Amino acid sequence: MGYPTEYRYTKDHEWIEAKGDVGTIGITDYAQHELGDVVFVELPAAGTKLEAGKTFSSVESVKAVSEIYAPANGQVVEANTALQNKPETINTDPHGGGWLVKVKLSKPAEVNSLMDAAAYEAYVEEKKKEASA
Amino acid sequence: MESVNSPANSTPRKTPLNALHRRLGAKMVNFGGWDMPVEYPSSGGLMAEHKAVRSGVGLFDVSHMGDIRIHTGKKPGGALEAVQHLTMNDASKLAIGQAQYSAMLYPKGTFVDDVIVHRLGEDDYLLVINAGTREKDVTWVKQNTAKFDCVVEDLSDAYTQLAIQGPRGVDSLRKLTDANLDVVKNYWFTHGTVCGLKNMLIARTGYTGEDGFEIYVPSDVATSERVWNAVIEAGKEFGIVPCGLGARNTLRLESKMALYGHEISEAINVWEAGLERYCKMEKGDFTGRAALERARTAGVQRMLVGLEMMERGIAREGYRCMNESGEVIGVVTSGSPSPTLGKNIALAYVPPAMSELGTPVYVEIRSQRCKAQVVATPFYKRLRKASAN
Repeated sequence: MGYPTEYRYTKDHEWIEAKGDVGTIGITDYAQHELGDVVFVELPAAGTKLEAGKTFSSVESVKAVSEIYAPANGQVVEANTALQNKPETINTDPHGGGWLVKVKLSKPAEVNSLMDAAAYEAYVEEKKKEASA
Repeated sequence: MESVNSPANSTPRKTPLNALHRRLGAKMVNFGGWDMPVEYPSSGGLMAEHKAVRSGVGLFDVSHMGDIRIHTGKKPGGALEAVQHLTMNDASKLAIGQAQYSAMLYPKGTFVDDVIVHRLGEDDYLLVINAGTREKDVTWVKQNTAKFDCVVEDLSDAYTQLAIQGPRGVDSLRKLTDANLDVVKNYWFTHGTVCGLKNMLIARTGYTGEDGFEIYVPSDVATSERVWNAVIEAGKEFGIVPCGLGARNTLRLESKMALYGHEISEAINVWEAGLERYCKMEKGDFTGRAALERARTAGVQRMLVGLEMMERGIAREGYRCMNESGEVIGVVTSGSPSPTLGKNIALAYVPPAMSELGTPVYVEIRSQRCKAQVVATPFYKRLRKASAN
């Protein structure tokens, strides 16, 4: 699965798509693959403040809990509540229907400091190499 | 994204099938100091592996388990005496070719490890032990059998151990062996030719709550890979898939089988763990017996119970349990979604007063209290055929 070029990526494997001052956040294909079957998602309520680098959600597979970190500062305007009944969407469509939250960004420009798709892809390749060493 | 349960990074040991697992694209994890497959995306992942074992057949590499043979010294009888001293079940009841679930205890009645004791011959026993406790167990056995007339051998690295688990396990293995598997009952074993290898140990045992076999073959890479591939080929028509430790854990949890370091440990005694049916107090003295006698008189302070989550949330190891007024009353030892039942289940230690079926228990999940209730265990029990009893 390719990484959309219009998204930005974190080292913790979250993606963010900024349109104006609204950012949509999810976890990457690499992240869902590492997790395995997603069975549970805990999402913040609308209005929750997100602080860049701090955890705001958790995604659980059968075997483990993963904390999800905010790629940017902002305030939640909408959570993807459809995931409560269909958490597996994160596995099947991580960069689309598996989005977690939409946030009103405090400083939309700060998103630009994150990795672009090419940089993230190189980063993930490096991770894969480490794992198979 | 960072895994809360991610394992410690040390230099892990490898089974002879390590390279094969990596070729299959397995996700590897450090388990008790071993680099082991946790799931195989090529099998469809943990859930698919779990379901294959419940409905068809799955293949596990469990070569990380250890094996200790205790056999006769100068005169017959010494090995049995040693095993009786070391373990809590009654090994004198074993026929040759029979195995039993048991445990080695510390003098205070808590667990060194749980083991399966196989009686190989007249005065000849094989103890199959856990991976994470191998060195500790071998040292323990050597120290505590010194005064008995017996020979102790650590055969842990001599075997590649494969678990062929599921209702179609027997049909898969049948194609590879001359042994008559139909006469091998649950917790019995035989020896036979497997994939042309003579005199291999074939045991009807496992850690999945399903019918199945564990076979022990020579541990060189070529033989190990050849047998693995032959089992996969033989099981193909029954939907066999390679299975990792992830499915092994959910399968054993549904069947309420203890995992060392979780439900049993050096801090938990036999009564608390609810393993009294494997502890034969009347067989004579054994290490831990006196302390267990005292503990029984004093009464247990906590008991292992099954929980089912009533509210959204997955209880995990180490999460605290509370009563309705919010007091901490216990702790979760293992918890997971149950792929078979479609519910979130857990095992937890709670006071006896909270152990009645239906008792509400609240599990603290990331500082939120989620309602659960005590339910009957095992969570899942297979329907047994007469032949597999």
